Amino acid sequence: MRRIRRRQAATAVVAAAIVAAFAVPAAAVKAAGSGLPTKIGKGEGSLNVIEWPYYTYKSFAKPFEQQTGCIIHRKDAGSSNEMFTLMHANGGGGGGQYDLVSASGDASLRLIYARDVQPVNIKLIPSWKNFLPAFKSPPHNTVKGVHYGVSVQWGPNTLIYNTKKVKPAPKNWSLIYSKKYKGKITVPNNPIQIADAALYLMQTKKSLGIKDPYELTQAQLTAATQLLIKQKPLLKRYWNYATDEITSFKNGDVWLGAGWPYQTLQLEAAKQPMKEIVPLPTTGWADTWMLAAKAPHPNCAYKWMRYVTTPKVEAMQALVFGETPVNPLACPIMNKMQKGSCVAYHLNEPASYYNKIKFWKTPVATCGWKPGNGCMDYNAWQQAWTKITG
Amino acid sequence: MAADAGALEAGPPIRRARLRLSGFLWRHPWLKALGLLSPPLAAFLILYIGSLAVLLISSFWTANAFTAAIEHTWTLANYRLIFSTAQPYLHIAGLTLEMAAAVTLTDAILAFPLAFFMARLAGRRTTAMLFVMVLLPLWSSYLVRIYAWQTILAHDGAINWALNGLGLPDQNLAYTNTAMWIVFSYVWLPFMVLPVYAALERIPDSYIEASEDLGARGSRTFRSVILPLALPGLVAGSIFTFALTLGDYITPLLVGGTSSTLIGNVVYENVASNTPLAAAFATIPLLIMGVYLLIARRLGAFEAL
Repeated sequence: MRRIRRRQAATAVVAAAIVAAFAVPAAAVKAAGSGLPTKIGKGEGSLNVIEWPYYTYKSFAKPFEQQTGCIIHRKDAGSSNEMFTLMHANGGGGGGQYDLVSASGDASLRLIYARDVQPVNIKLIPSWKNFLPAFKSPPHNTVKGVHYGVSVQWGPNTLIYNTKKVKPAPKNWSLIYSKKYKGKITVPNNPIQIADAALYLMQTKKSLGIKDPYELTQAQLTAATQLLIKQKPLLKRYWNYATDEITSFKNGDVWLGAGWPYQTLQLEAAKQPMKEIVPLPTTGWADTWMLAAKAPHPNCAYKWMRYVTTPKVEAMQALVFGETPVNPLACPIMNKMQKGSCVAYHLNEPASYYNKIKFWKTPVATCGWKPGNGCMDYNAWQQAWTKITG
Repeated sequence: MAADAGALEAGPPIRRARLRLSGFLWRHPWLKALGLLSPPLAAFLILYIGSLAVLLISSFWTANAFTAAIEHTWTLANYRLIFSTAQPYLHIAGLTLEMAAAVTLTDAILAFPLAFFMARLAGRRTTAMLFVMVLLPLWSSYLVRIYAWQTILAHDGAINWALNGLGLPDQNLAYTNTAMWIVFSYVWLPFMVLPVYAALERIPDSYIEASEDLGARGSRTFRSVILPLALPGLVAGSIFTFALTLGDYITPLLVGGTSSTLIGNVVYENVASNTPLAAAFATIPLLIMGVYLLIARRLGAFEAL
C-alpha cells in the first residue's frame, strides 16, 4: 500500500511540474531603462562575466573582490562568435545571468544592434577622461554618442615568425600571400580576417577604391575573398584558439602567421625562437567591457569598469595578457613593473600611429562612406568566409 | 489487501479518497500506464520532437543581419543558398558525407576482427581485459584524446619520430583531412566494436558446426553464416560512427586543415548571428540520417542494438 501511495505521489509531482512548465508564460523581455544611473550604488556581492581568459586575472581581481565584496564568476570564451552566442542566448542581453562581456570590436557592434548590451554612463568611470583619444568613443563601442561600455585594452594584429626558419625577417604582410613559405603559414579562422586582405588590397590594388577595410562593397568583398582563396593553398591551417597557434608554432608545423602579441609572449616565455613584427598599417583589436542589457548586478559591473581602467590595473592587465592599456597614465607603472614595457607595447606613440591601426569593427550594411545600404553586412562576410574555408 | 479493505471504512477522509483512487486505477490499468508514461512521453515530445520542429520551422525564416533578430517571414532563401552550386554548402555537405562514410568503413574493418576474437576465440578473462581496453579511452574526455592526437600527428610528433627511426621521410599529417579521418576513426571505434561483438556473440555454435558438418570450409562458413548474422551488428555500429561524424565540429577545428570545414562547423559559426541558415543546414544531416536509418532497418540493425 505504501509503495502504491508513493508512486501516486511521484506521478502527481511530475504531473504538477508539467502543468507548471506549460503555465509559465514566456519571460517578457524588459527594455533597458532610458535613464542612465547617476551614481554607483552598493555592490550586489556578485559579478558574472564573459571574458577572454585572464581578463579578470586573480592578481588584480582579488584586490577588487576584497574592496567591493563583488565576487567574480567567470565564463571564458574562446572566440568572438562564442561571446556573442553566450550573450545572445536565453533571450539575449546576457540572459539575466551575465553582467559584463569583454567584447572585441568584431562582436561589440553586433551586441549593440542585437540589444544585448545597454548604455553606460561614462561619467561614472573617472579614468575615461585620461584615455587615449582613439579609445574614448571609438566606433566599435559608441553609437551616436551613446557609450555601450568602456574600452579596456587593445593590441595590433601582428606577424609572428620563426627566426630560425624565416630569413630574412619579414617587413610587411606580403609574405603571408606569397609562395615563399608555402605550407608553413597560419591565419585566424575568423571572418574578420577578410579585413586583413582588404587592408592589403588597399595598398596593393588602389583601383578597388577600398576606403575602410570593414566597409566593403560587393565588388570589394569579392576581391578580398578571391585573394584569400588564392592564399588558402599556402596555408598549413586556420587557427581557432590562441593556444592552437602556439602549439603549431612550437611543434614546427607553422613558421609564419598572423596572431597577437599574446601568442608571441607565450612562445618567448617557452624559449621558442619566435618573434613578431607589427607591419603598419595593420588591423588590430580593441576590447570593451560592455554592460549586459539584463545585468543582474549592475553596481558591481560599474565598480569593475571603474576599477579595471585605473592606471595601475591597466598596467597589470597589460603585462599579464600582453596587450596595451587605453589609459596612458599606466605608462610609468608599466615601466616600473617591467623595464621598457611602455615603449615595447606602443603606449607612448603619437596619434598618427593609432591611425595606422584599423581596429576591428563589425561590418554593417549602412556604412559611413557609401550612401544607402551600400556595404556588405556581417552575414555576407560570414558566408564569404565559409566559401573561403569550405 | 484485507487490512486495506477495513481501512477503507475507518480511515480519515483523505486516506479514503486516496484508496478509492488507487482502486480506480487498479480497475483501469491503462490509466495507470498513461500516468506513468506521460512524463517521459511529454519530455520526449516537447524536448526532443519539439526542438526538432522549432529547428525545422526556423529554417524557413531569416535573420536580420543588423540585429541578429529572427524575422518571421516565410522564405526558402536559406535552402536556396544551401543548394546553390555557387555556394560552398553543398561541397561541405559532400565532404562531411564522405568523411562519415570513410570513418564508418574504417571502423568496421578495424572492429570486426577484434570483436570476432573477443566473442568467439578469446577466453573469458582475455575478453574482459579487451573490453576494458576498448572502453578505456571513453573514460577520458573526448577533448583530451583529440589534443593527444594533435601532438601525435604533429610535425615533431610520435608518428614522424617513428618514421624517422625507420629511415623513412617525414609525413605532413598534421592539420589535414587525413588527420581528421584518423582521429574520427579512433574516437568512434568503441561504438562499432560493441554492437559487432554483441551480434557475433549471439551466433550459436551449432550453426557453425552445422556448416562444417555440411562440408563448408572456414571461408565459406564465414561468408554464408557468420557475416550475414553479424551484419545487423555492423549496421548498428555504423549508425553510431556515421551519425557521430556527421554532427561533429570539434575534431575538424583541432586537427583539420584548411579545407576541413564540416556541416557542424558551419552550423556552429552561424548559430548566433544567422540562426535560420544554421537551422536550414542542420536539417541536411537529419535527412541523411533518416535515409540511413531506413536502410539500416531493412538490414535488421535494430535487432542488434
